[in-house]
Amino acid sequence: MKILVCISNVPDTTSKINFTDGDTKFDANGVQFVINPNDEFGLTRAMWFKEKQGATVHVATVGEASTEPTIRKALAIGADEAIRINAIPTDGFFVAQHLAEVVKNGSYDIVIAGRESIDYNGGMVPGIMAAMLDFNFVNSCISLEVDGNNATAIREIDGGKETLSTSLPLIIGGQKGLVQESDLKIPNMRGIMMARQKKLNVIEPIDASPATLDTKFEKPAPKGAVKLIDSSNIDELIDLLHNEAKAI
Amino acid sequence: MSVLVYTESENGKFKKNAHETSSYAYEVAKQLGVSVSAISFNADNNDELGTYGVSKVLNVSDETLKTYNAKAFARAIAQAAEKEGASVIILSSSTNSKYLAPLLSGMLKAGYAPNVVAAPESTSTFTVKRTAFSNKGFAHTQITTATKIIGVSNNAFGVIENKVEVVIEDFSPSVTDTDFSAKSTNIDKVSGKVTIADADIVVSGGRGLKGPENWGMIEELADVLGAATACSKPVSDLGWRPHSEHVGQTGKPVASNLYIAIGISGAIQHLAGISASKVKVVINTDPEAPFFKAADYGIVGDAFEVVPELIEKLKEFKAQNA
Ligand SMILES: Cc1cc2nc3c(=O)[nH]c(=O)nc-3n(C[C@H](O)[C@H](O)[C@H](O)COP(=O)(O)OP(=O)(O)OC[C@H]3O[C@@H](n4cnc5c(N)ncnc54)[C@H](O)[C@@H]3O)c2cc1C
Ligand SMILES: Nc1ncnc2c1ncn2[C@@H]1O[C@H](COP(=O)(O)O)[C@@H](O)[C@H]1O
Repeated sequence: MKILVCISNVPDTTSKINFTDGDTKFDANGVQFVINPNDEFGLTRAMWFKEKQGATVHVATVGEASTEPTIRKALAIGADEAIRINAIPTDGFFVAQHLAEVVKNGSYDIVIAGRESIDYNGGMVPGIMAAMLDFNFVNSCISLEVDGNNATAIREIDGGKETLSTSLPLIIGGQKGLVQESDLKIPNMRGIMMARQKKLNVIEPIDASPATLDTKFEKPAPKGAVKLIDSSNIDELIDLLHNEAKAI
Repeated sequence: MSVLVYTESENGKFKKNAHETSSYAYEVAKQLGVSVSAISFNADNNDELGTYGVSKVLNVSDETLKTYNAKAFARAIAQAAEKEGASVIILSSSTNSKYLAPLLSGMLKAGYAPNVVAAPESTSTFTVKRTAFSNKGFAHTQITTATKIIGVSNNAFGVIENKVEVVIEDFSPSVTDTDFSAKSTNIDKVSGKVTIADADIVVSGGRGLKGPENWGMIEELADVLGAATACSKPVSDLGWRPHSEHVGQTGKPVASNLYIAIGISGAIQHLAGISASKVKVVINTDPEAPFFKAADYGIVGDAFEVVPELIEKLKEFKAQNA
């Protein structure tokens, strides 16, 4: 079983978001980059397949050299090899084309990506890849079991969950739930040392074009001050919610 | 030429988001000078869509498509788009729409802009405004492909009535067995409960509520308001509440009209996921809790005193305004 985990390199969840170049670019200044949280769950699940079912696990990212610390971290967590496609990830459509090419050339059985990246919130890379490769696809995946060529996945639906029976080759858009929060792998010293010996293949981009273009960014308008209501005056809250906010 | 909208239904009834996506589709069609076609699956009351500007409904009544299947639905929508000569396809932000949208994007080589909060700023460059960076920012995104897919954010555009004549046509997409190669075997869903995705109002509890045994009042408050219940991440990690209730940057996004946060501190990751909600109320003992900076209305007080009183007063209010 050969697994590819797609890793997107995103600002840490506590980052303050700013834009630069006349609000046309995300300002990476002073921002700490991490493995996209949804991918962290997927990577840990892939490690489980490695330990329990002898899977080979590769990780791939589309990004410039500045993303290497993030993929090194994935190697330190236990991935066997890493691939970096040396291109600026302009949009999900562009990224999906590159990753699909890697999947084709590497004959992977399972591709684990995340439900969405927390930076541009596209939520599209795994699904577009699935359509391009004609792989089975489960999105918002919170559980994955594989038995030979068959797979059972659970996905989150609005108000509950759905179990799906499917087969390999398979792509998932994973998220929290794939593994227990407490089982999330973090790199230890030995892992970090071993990661230095592991292969990090840099490959050049193919001829691909994006389908969207972010022309400008803006920050939400600053919020007005909160209206405080005395706890002995609940009627006032109800009145405000009804007459002022028109929310009830 | 037309704008195609996928109108979601459940047990034959259109979901509220079908009215919102239809309203949005009407606005786009108006800008383009074309009309709106909808595709619905096993819906009973297709006429209803005329109220929101849909001129033609392609009605799929097919037993094999009774249960949602992302790939088969995407295939059908792609064929409907082709049939109608649709240059724009409108979807919602439900879990089901977000499941099939990228498949459709890949099948049609069509650019997809998710979480769109307003009508297109321009239909010549085709630019839409959408949330990005987990609601910490907005992006103005141009879709550069011939066919364009827009995912409309919940509650952002609103439901707008534009009554038109509606024609209903039967539509039989050609889906094959391979489109069903990921098969639903079980759906585990509490029925009759408002879901976070559909809710106008969400009542959410945090670690300040001390334990799962104290959720009775949260559920009761939600009941009185016809709201969905939600929780902060630690609450679901601790197993006090199901994971499906976890909201925030790494949980479900919330874009309700009203969000009531009880015993939630307002960590940046929590706020990122709920800030698209229009009106926010916080109830917290600590006046320094960061949530007060993000809220519209706040009560500094003990949830165990404030919430039961709020429930009583709301019951009175509801009785008077019924
Ligand atoms: C990568 C990452 C992702 C994350 N993603 C999310 C996410 O998606 N969603 C999320 O929610 N969190 C997320 N978090 C966690 C987040 O940082 C906070 O830890 C979490 O939101 C805090 O939850 P809380 O407010 O319920 O608990 P606490 O921070 O413990 O706050 C409890 C609050 O209750 C108040 N309180 C106590 N007693 C009472 C009382 N009797 N009445 C009223 N108020 C009372 C306290 O004053 C306090 O403000 C994430 C963290 C990380 C690192
Ligand atoms: N630049 C990238 N390199 C590798 N994988 C990516 C990249 N961008 C997105 N992905 C994968 O696709 C998932 C969804 O991302 P997105 O469609 O951008 O929201 C992420 O969780 C990753 O698994």
